[in-house]
Amino acid sequence: MSEKPKVGVYVCHCGINIASTVDVEEIASFARDLPNVEVARTYSYMCSDPGQNLIKEDIREHGLNRVIVASCSPRMHEPTFRKTIQEAGVNPYFLEMANIREQCSWVHDDLEVATPKAKKLVAASVAKVRLLEALEETEVDAEPATLVIGAGIAGIQAALDIADAGFKVYLVEKTPSVGGRMAQLDKTFPTLDCSACILTPKMVDCAGHPNIELMTYSEVEEIGGYIGNFDVKVRKKARYVDFDKCTGCGDCANECRVKDRFPNEFDQGMGKRSAVYLPFPQAVPAKYTIDPEQCLYLTKGKCGKAPKCQEVCGVGAIDFEQEDEFVEFKVGAVIVATGFDPFDPSKKPEYGYDDYPNVITGMEMERLVSASGPTGGKITINNGEEEIEPKEVAFIKCVGSRDESVGNEYCSRVCCMYTAKQAHLVREKLPDANIRIYYMDVRAFGKGYEEFYDRVRRENVRYIRGNPSEIFKRGNKLVVKAENTLTSTPVEDEVDLVVLGVGMEPRKEMRDIMDLLRLSQSQDRFFLEAHPKLAPVDTATDGVFLAGCCQGPKDIPDTVAQAKGAASSAMIPLARGKVTISAQVAEVNEATCRGCGFCVEICPYSAIEMVTVNRFGYEIEVARVNEALCKGCGSCSAACLSDSIQPKSFRDWQILPQIAALGAMK
Amino acid sequence: MSANYEPNIVAFLCNWCSYAGADLAGTSRVQYPPNIQVIRVMCTGRVNPLYVMNALQQGADGVLVSGCHPGDCHYMEGNYYARRRLGMLKDLLEFVGVDPRRFHMSWVSASEGHKWKEVVEKTVEDAKEAGPFEGFRRRQIDW
Repeated sequence: MSEKPKVGVYVCHCGINIASTVDVEEIASFARDLPNVEVARTYSYMCSDPGQNLIKEDIREHGLNRVIVASCSPRMHEPTFRKTIQEAGVNPYFLEMANIREQCSWVHDDLEVATPKAKKLVAASVAKVRLLEALEETEVDAEPATLVIGAGIAGIQAALDIADAGFKVYLVEKTPSVGGRMAQLDKTFPTLDCSACILTPKMVDCAGHPNIELMTYSEVEEIGGYIGNFDVKVRKKARYVDFDKCTGCGDCANECRVKDRFPNEFDQGMGKRSAVYLPFPQAVPAKYTIDPEQCLYLTKGKCGKAPKCQEVCGVGAIDFEQEDEFVEFKVGAVIVATGFDPFDPSKKPEYGYDDYPNVITGMEMERLVSASGPTGGKITINNGEEEIEPKEVAFIKCVGSRDESVGNEYCSRVCCMYTAKQAHLVREKLPDANIRIYYMDVRAFGKGYEEFYDRVRRENVRYIRGNPSEIFKRGNKLVVKAENTLTSTPVEDEVDLVVLGVGMEPRKEMRDIMDLLRLSQSQDRFFLEAHPKLAPVDTATDGVFLAGCCQGPKDIPDTVAQAKGAASSAMIPLARGKVTISAQVAEVNEATCRGCGFCVEICPYSAIEMVTVNRFGYEIEVARVNEALCKGCGSCSAACLSDSIQPKSFRDWQILPQIAALGAMK
Repeated sequence: MSANYEPNIVAFLCNWCSYAGADLAGTSRVQYPPNIQVIRVMCTGRVNPLYVMNALQQGADGVLVSGCHPGDCHYMEGNYYARRRLGMLKDLLEFVGVDPRRFHMSWVSASEGHKWKEVVEKTVEDAKEAGPFEGFRRRQIDW
């Protein structure tokens, strides 16, 4: 290091956030005595404009070439202060932050205790900052395309926005049709718009958009690379129906030998479908799919003399020889919009979902009241003996939400409103029915929600505060046993139909996506966003964004808003055409590398390769790092036998003095 | 050991999970013992076992290494390497007569602020029980 380090230490009060438990003036005067420290100051808000200017002026006046900001977490403001010192002509990597807020003043309430700890943290930062090195960031081209995983309303909306802006979108959907959960809904609260009516135009748009390549019945197999340059491999599962030939006429399904034998997923298993099927009438694309686990020909190798579907298909689209196809492409950004699973009420056996056919979930109720549903929109239910039109209908809210016993502490945010909506629909179709809603609280927080709740209450729907403890059968009725906690009276109501207001849970297949993209889960098991308030669509992996219920329960307006947010975030690298590659990558000292190749084996990104170099007339093998692939984790370094490979900014000789400083100050 | 002995503990936290989890503990104003000083690394895979030895030599009474849960590593497998290396180190420390209560490894995710508190409490409590560490000849680096 040619230049003598001149360090400036800036201690932030953060209002009273730091100053109330850490004696900031004492920290500053302590810092002044540390080696190479030229200036140490305190300021109320270091991140504010005047705070940043203070640093810049000192850099100019005192010729500082290293800066320490003792304030909040580097995860919060490191980029801010890097920019600050860069603007004053200092390399942005000559910055070190001492985290005296999140990891000191906020977790210790005693001035006597927090101040000495803050001193140590500042001392460790000084120890390190003197030895940092100047780094230069590099830029690489970004592929102007996006991968969107999941084609529910979130994925569709994000795909449409990006495609409309002129970028290519690969929209990958696991099921045979786009539409997701929203397509299953009947009406939407609080406006009572028909869900299909507002969704199907978007479904059709995304299938026909010139910039969208729609891949249904497909799954993402592999994702490699990094922001701007992700390599994606998608498995297009065999439909056994020629996609281009199929006209969607449905003759095959009508003639199928196992016609209407299998529960229809779209109708939550209440309706039946054939082994060859279209998930629902408005499905996009309107192409049939053969379920390989149900088709006689595919499972038994034989279907009568010849498969009937093949006989009746006028265009010869049935193709039992079809195999899974793999497609590979490059994208610059990824949006994850994989949605949710409805809570499985079998986990609450007291509600008898598994025992009584007339205990159903909210999702099943959606299909029951839907004109395209299994009953054509007529509310009838089998009470175990006969098909009846229910006279007494009970709704139970918070099933699987706000319930620690099933591990879901969170509120699912939609059940209050969809229950109110379904109560309204029952009232519309069965004007004489007795409707009761058992609830803990009513949360009507959205635009027009409270008004809608009021309206439903005026429609002679009884709200009873109290969570039922049990549902059991008496004669041909179900008995809902609860306590009305407003009147402190036990109630036992005899009803014909119970609708469980089930909440949302993370998808069962979530783990696969997590492994593909290195995403984390939050406490509620949904995907973790980069910051709950300021980066709600970002993830810890650059270039990967979240939209919709995969990040947490949401209603449709919030989902659409987040999808649009994710789309605009994803378009940033696409529109810029370039992404900045971190400068904190590993570097090999070729003079000491002994060419053992341990680092090559260990690197999870295959970013290290062995190269042959000429040393004093001898050909020797040494390791070399591909900086575009290296992510700077440093696993290689801990394995290196000669300490030859080191991640920049986290080199041994930058970390060891930190350890020494912390150890020395007992 | 005096009753008010306070151990000095050095912790190595990975940037993505445990450091974020410790930040969350701060944001949630969870209170925990102040004996722990954190050094941020990008991944626990970066923690050379020698760092642990070094910390004990430099005056630390205990060392904690904390990273992402197995399977959740931001760098795919760094924490597995850490687990192997440091698991071996723990055995080695015990073999050379260092009280195993001085060295801890934990998995704390970015959403586990409360777990971080528990981990710190446990680490500090164990180091307190083990008492001041004088097992290694001090090799103070003049920084």
